[in-house]
Amino acid sequence: MDRFTRQTILPGFGTAAQQKLKLSRVLVVGVGGLGCPILLYLAAAGVGTIGIVDGDMVSLSNLNRQVIFGEGDLGMNKAETAAHFLKAKYSDIKINCIPEFLTTQNIKVILSQYDLIIDGSDNFPTRYLVNDACVLLGKPLVFGAVYQNEGQVAILNGNGQNSINYRDIFPDPPTAYEIPNCNETGVLGVLPGIIGTLQAAEAIKFLTGYGETLVDKMLFYNLLSHQSYTMELSQNPDSRKGIPSSIEALEVTDYAIICGDGDSIDWEEAFDLLGKFAGGTLIDVREADEYPKLKGYPYQSVPLDLLDEKHQEWLNSELILLFCQSGVRSLKAVKILEKHFPGKKIHSISGGIEAPDSPIYN
Amino acid sequence: MPKLEPMTPTSIHVIAFGMIAEKIKTKELVLEYMPDTEVLLGYLYQQFPDLKQTKFSIALNKKMVVGKTFIPVGAEVALLPPFSGG
Repeated sequence: MDRFTRQTILPGFGTAAQQKLKLSRVLVVGVGGLGCPILLYLAAAGVGTIGIVDGDMVSLSNLNRQVIFGEGDLGMNKAETAAHFLKAKYSDIKINCIPEFLTTQNIKVILSQYDLIIDGSDNFPTRYLVNDACVLLGKPLVFGAVYQNEGQVAILNGNGQNSINYRDIFPDPPTAYEIPNCNETGVLGVLPGIIGTLQAAEAIKFLTGYGETLVDKMLFYNLLSHQSYTMELSQNPDSRKGIPSSIEALEVTDYAIICGDGDSIDWEEAFDLLGKFAGGTLIDVREADEYPKLKGYPYQSVPLDLLDEKHQEWLNSELILLFCQSGVRSLKAVKILEKHFPGKKIHSISGGIEAPDSPIYN
Repeated sequence: MPKLEPMTPTSIHVIAFGMIAEKIKTKELVLEYMPDTEVLLGYLYQQFPDLKQTKFSIALNKKMVVGKTFIPVGAEVALLPPFSGG
């Protein structure tokens, strides 16, 4: 008997499927509400090599759904913490830890080392980046995403040359204002638990040829009603228009801008501007419990919800720069303050505190 | 939530997900016959102008369709937006 006996005795699965899992190399993008259950079940099932990529740190508000982490992990890198946790549980699988965010610069090298990619990210720029790279590198992608009480799961790019990719369904990225994420609309922890577990199940079925998969289909699930809806996906002539022509072209594409993040500036420009405008203000619009905090620069902390109410405070600021965790809420903050101060210079800082050029890394 | 009209031999059944359901204020609608997806979208945009600002995909009887597509009588039309959370 070994630790996989309960699945190898399963009719139709057997030791042949187990061997396939052992030889598989799977990359999990993001260790959030989706990534945690994905990792727990892939590791338990015996996927031989698992890559974990995430540059984010654990914060208190993650703990309702990111079940690998606990109170002792606050402020720690998520990929490193998850890798340590899984290595301590199982000695028979290989865990590769990549404690960085996926970017246009590192994605080719990272994705090339895996047979299957699983997207557990939480923002459109990353989702479009991962999709496009999977198309250009010929990698199958298990997609999963949530919104309030609903979730989506699909296997994209899993059918060779005739595959469907994410841009067949949604050719152009929505703007950040269009579709909010969990930080803004809230989520019960069990929903990404269910959707991430479905992604893990689809990955295991796809890798072993066990059962019917969601290749070229998208499943919608509603937590409140338990209703599900599966649609067959179709090719879209507009799909290829948005995908860079080669992986080299992808490396010079700005996914923040194509996702409607165009009002934003980067951290370098932000500090440049703050140096020029003596009356400039830098504002963190995250909740008080979100980490990491900006250090070494003067700034105010005003959660997005209170910005409208407190706007009078910045009546005399010539320049207002806003940042949050990933650059989504700060874009909304720009819209809120622009209503009160149409003539002022107001910008969001692209990618937020987690941006690759963020002062927390420099 | 408004009460759903009963289906008639010529009506179509529209179901909505995510923020599309929020914008049309219901998860389901029964509409009198619409010949194709362009006419349906025109009607929805007129009734719910907020929808114009949201991207979504359309499925007809559980198969995704692209561009102007004929809607058979009694069809189920789903309006499916992208989600980004994780």
